[in-house]
Amino acid sequence: MSERPVVSENILELTSLTKRFGGLLAVDNVSLHIKRGEVFALIGPNGAGKTTLFNNVTGLFQPTSGRVVFDGRDITGSKPHEVARLGIARTFQNIRLFSYMSCLDNVRVGRHVRMHAKLWDSLFKLPSERHEEERVTQEAMDLLRFVGIAQQANQYARNLPYGQQRRLEIARALATDPKLLLLDEPAAGFTPQEKVELMALVGKILERGVTVFLIEHDMKVVMGISQRIVVLDHGEKIAEGAPDEVRKDARVIEAYLGKSA
Amino acid sequence: MALLQRRRMRDRDAMIYGVLLILALAFPATVLYATGSSALISQAGHAGTFVLLAIGLNVVVGFAGLLDLGYAAFFAIGAYTYALFASSQLDSSPLHHSFHLPFWLMIFVGMFVAAAAGVILGFPTLRLRGDYLAIVTLGFGEIVPQLSYNLPQWTGGINAIGGIDSPSLPAWITGPWAGANNIAIIRPDVCPVLGSSTKFAPCFSFGFDPIAFYVLIVIMIIGAVILVGNLHRSRLGRAWMAIREDEVAAAAMGINTVTTKLLAFAIGASFSGFAGAYYGASFGLVSPDQFLFLVSVTVLVMVVLGGMGSIAGVIVGALVIYFVLNSILPQLPSTVESLANTFGLNSLNVQNGDWPGLAQETQRVSFLVYGLILVLMMLLRPQGIFPSRVREQELKHAAVQEDEAAVEAAHAG
Ligand SMILES: Nc1ncnc2c1ncn2[C@@H]1O[C@H](COP(=O)(O)OP(=O)(O)OP(=O)(O)O)[C@@H](O)[C@H]1O
Ligand SMILES: [Mg+2]
Repeated sequence: MSERPVVSENILELTSLTKRFGGLLAVDNVSLHIKRGEVFALIGPNGAGKTTLFNNVTGLFQPTSGRVVFDGRDITGSKPHEVARLGIARTFQNIRLFSYMSCLDNVRVGRHVRMHAKLWDSLFKLPSERHEEERVTQEAMDLLRFVGIAQQANQYARNLPYGQQRRLEIARALATDPKLLLLDEPAAGFTPQEKVELMALVGKILERGVTVFLIEHDMKVVMGISQRIVVLDHGEKIAEGAPDEVRKDARVIEAYLGKSA
Repeated sequence: MALLQRRRMRDRDAMIYGVLLILALAFPATVLYATGSSALISQAGHAGTFVLLAIGLNVVVGFAGLLDLGYAAFFAIGAYTYALFASSQLDSSPLHHSFHLPFWLMIFVGMFVAAAAGVILGFPTLRLRGDYLAIVTLGFGEIVPQLSYNLPQWTGGINAIGGIDSPSLPAWITGPWAGANNIAIIRPDVCPVLGSSTKFAPCFSFGFDPIAFYVLIVIMIIGAVILVGNLHRSRLGRAWMAIREDEVAAAAMGINTVTTKLLAFAIGASFSGFAGAYYGASFGLVSPDQFLFLVSVTVLVMVVLGGMGSIAGVIVGALVIYFVLNSILPQLPSTVESLANTFGLNSLNVQNGDWPGLAQETQRVSFLVYGLILVLMMLLRPQGIFPSRVREQELKHAAVQEDEAAVEAAHAG
């Protein structure tokens, strides 16, 4: 593999992305770009199409039309595992851990894509495989420590308290060595204290050189950590900009107030 | 707590393996001493085939969570691969030329042919979601015996392939125990030197000696346990578990779910093919009715009942079910008859009008009894005899407490 020159300062570019479910335009002609090293937030009322947009980026859904360019490479229509290999990791709105695997194993699964052991290496436990396993176990423990749940390494994921499950999902995603991390409502159901801790964690993730693309409902969290925001409503992008600008945008206020009224 | 549990599991498995190994070593001598015949040893060799099958199917069903209902088809493929190329069968085929390739080569060929069949079958199927695999394997399991029924010019059809070659080893392997009848038979007359039809070298032949086959299957099972255990605790083993737990999340972690599942399926098939080649050699006869749906179901029952996902568990499960099927059930009629006699119910044993006699009647309902035994066992131990940690937890939903000590150990181990 030859090292490709950095083509642009954008890590992710979506061009006219559209996803249609039958008669429903879940994502409607959305274009946006995310710069390297920023925290970019996607907000919008329930059912606006935020998760669907994530699913189109990560290959879970095939876009109806439009383009997804990641790190200078067109990944439109790629398979989820290919997208992960290229460097996009994600968490899920409704946590999807490997329930009956230990926390350590959950994170080691995240490391899978950066491991090299082939069938024969594992079958005969060759020294290279053994070393890789040792190394990966260390790295996984480091990540558990990074998100603050190292004590739970040997617990089944399903036995963790809710907040720690969210952290474990982040650790597992980070284990894939992503360039871009998609977090789908990471603070949902959190106490104010937990939200503060999460914001600190996102800061630490940025320091690792990972760009963060975030869906979040809690405005305090969004305003607190993101540099730029895109607002989605009924699949359409209705606003984009810095937190302060977006907050004052008339269409945004209407979308949110209209919903609660 | 979790750590303790894991240790307990490991100790338990080590104990099972230890007990099994001692039993396996003591078995031939004990049987020869007690019964003076090697019939039971030969049966044990046959049971070992099923142990091997159960270990293989456990990779597919227990590790990767794929339901394979046609596992016997791969068993058949392995057996026929060996039978065709290690007998005179192909003389009477359109080829008019037979092969007598060595067992030690063909057992691996059988394995690869079965694995290839697994890939060909799995590739289109495993990309589909859900239970398609169960249906397709079910169909495949029916097709393979049908093919061998309906291609008599190749497979001998219902007449089976007989006179299958026994494995042989070069003389230097036989060692100091050569000539000792209970280990091996030296038969200088059966091993032609390669490329010469007149010169013969002394060699160690399996002949019809069940002990040689018994030793072979025990070695093969030990090898299988080690290799499958290695896989279980590896990158690939974790990927299988992840797919079983949540396929979408596994894919999002960069696991190619199709090829990973395919690998589980093919590895399972290769075990079946391997066992099939051994079976062909040890039994000396291969016919389509040895590979019917019942065989697939039996192996599946062994896996589920032994404890899905637990290697030690499925070995015990295979032995228990084999024992029930081949020892308890066949003896049931005579046992019931003599029981009736002891209790003074002799009249029950006499045929009378529609009543065929107790023994006959028991014979009739023996599969009902088998079903009842299975139901009872599943009611008593739904997680299997020796379940994996996961299965046990899934069924118990035990609340596991936190354990600070776990960190240190996870670090150390
Ligand atoms: N697989 C699917 N098939 C059909 N419709 C879908 C599918 N996934 C999502 N939708 C629909 O697309 C629309 C957008 O859903 P989406 O989950 O993306 O919203 P969201 O912005 O993430 O909402 P929330 O804040 O509640 O998570 C909804 O109307 C939803 O019902
Ligand atoms: Mg959503």
